Amino acid sequence: MNTVIIKYNAGNIQSVLYALERIGQEAVVTDDPDQIRSAGKVIFPGVGEASTAMEYLKGRGLDKLLKELNQPVLGICLGMQLMCSYSEENDTDCLGIFEEKVKKFSGGEGLKVPQIGWNNIYDLKTPLFDGLKENSFCYFVHGYYADLGRHTIATTSYGLPYSSGLHRDNFYGVQFHPEKSAAVGEQILKNFLENI
Amino acid sequence: MLTKRIIPCLDIKDGRTVKGVNFENIRDAGDPVELGALYAQQGADELVFLDITATNEKRKTLRELVNRIAHHINIPFTVGGGISSVEDVSLLLQNGADKISVNTSAYRRPELINELAREFGSQCVVLAIDTKKEADGRWYVYLNGGRVKTDMLCADWARQGVDRGAGEILLTSMNNDGTKKGFALDITRELAGALPVPVIASGGGGTMEHFVDVLGEGKADAALAASIFHFKEITIPELKGYLQDQHIAVRY
Repeated sequence: MNTVIIKYNAGNIQSVLYALERIGQEAVVTDDPDQIRSAGKVIFPGVGEASTAMEYLKGRGLDKLLKELNQPVLGICLGMQLMCSYSEENDTDCLGIFEEKVKKFSGGEGLKVPQIGWNNIYDLKTPLFDGLKENSFCYFVHGYYADLGRHTIATTSYGLPYSSGLHRDNFYGVQFHPEKSAAVGEQILKNFLENI
Repeated sequence: MLTKRIIPCLDIKDGRTVKGVNFENIRDAGDPVELGALYAQQGADELVFLDITATNEKRKTLRELVNRIAHHINIPFTVGGGISSVEDVSLLLQNGADKISVNTSAYRRPELINELAREFGSQCVVLAIDTKKEADGRWYVYLNGGRVKTDMLCADWARQGVDRGAGEILLTSMNNDGTKKGFALDITRELAGALPVPVIASGGGGTMEHFVDVLGEGKADAALAASIFHFKEITIPELKGYLQDQHIAVRY
C-alpha cells in the first residue's frame, strides 16, 4: 500500500520522508492530484505560515482534494492546523476538517513563544498512540495551538491545555513532529502506516 | 510540561568529528553520524554540528554529511559554521537540517537574519553569539571564533537579532568556555529573562551541578556542551537523572 507525502510550499517535507525510510517505509513526495487520490495513506506535513500555505493549496485545488480524501490522512504541525476550521495566524480560514480553532499562544509567565522543545502528550486516544505510555515526550515547535474539542485525541499543556492530536473519521492530526520525536515518534508513524 | 534541553555539540572538520581542548590538540574522533546517533539514543534532546572546515571547496562534504545525519538521526539538529546566504541555508535545509546557526556573517550583515527568517521561518534560525566580559564588567560581542572584538554589547545584539527574526539564541561565554568551572550565569539569566525566545547556554559546563545552576538560576532553556560528553566525563543518562533529582524538568 503506497504512502504519499503532500508536497507544498512548506518546510520539513524531506525530514518526514527520511523518518519513514528509517522505519523501513517507502513514500512518494508529490503534489499530483491523481497520485494523492489513489494513495493508500496520505501524510500532510508542514512548517510555515498558515495564510501562505492555504493560498498555495487553493491555487492548486489541493484544498478541495484534501477534504474529499477517504483514505487515512495524517496532518503534522502546520498540516494539522490547516485541517482545523480557522487560524488566528493572519486571520486564515482553513480546511474545516476539524471544527477546532487555532489560536496564538499568549506567552507571559516565563512562557516563550514559539514553544520549542520536548513536552508531554496525555489523555491519548485511538490506535495512533498504541504502545505509548501516557505523558510520552514529543518534539514541538509552534507559536499557535488548536483548542481542546470533541476531536481531541491527545492533550499537551503549555500555559493551558490544548490539542496535540485530533481525529475525525479518516483524518488524524498531530501538533508535534513525530519525524523528530525519537522512538516515540517512530512508533506513532508506524501505528499510522500499519494499524490505521 | 516543556522540558529543558541537553544538547551535545559536535565540531566537524572535513566531514569528521574533531575533539580538542580550546581548539588545540585537535584530533579525529570518528564519524559524526555514529557519534550523533549514539547521543540521540542516550537521550540527547537535540544536536548541534558546527563545521570548522576552513575552505569553501569542502562545503560540499558538509552537505553530504548533513544528508547522512538526517537519514540516521531521529531528533532535531542544527548546523552552523560558515553560513552567509539564503542559498547556503536552502541547501542545508533541503538536505535535512532542522535549523541553522549564524554568527559572524549575521553581525557583518544583520539583514541576513531578516532574509532567513522571511524565507524559512524564525523556528530554524539560531543566532550564535560569542561573548566576553571585559574589565568594565560588561559583556561584548566577539567575532570570527572569538578572535575579533566588537564594541557591541551582547544584550543589544541579541535583542536586535530577535527583532530581526532569530528564533533562538546560542550564547557562548568565552570567559567560561573550556574552563569547566560552570556556565556564565549572569549574562545567561539577563538574556533568558529579557528575550521572548529560548536561550541555549554554552561554555563552561564541567559538572552536573553546573547544568542545574544554568538551567535553574541561569534560566537557560537549554544547555550545550561538547568535550565533557565526548570524553565521557558525564554521560547524558546520568546527567538527566541528576537534573530530575534536582527538580529540573527534563525528558527521560
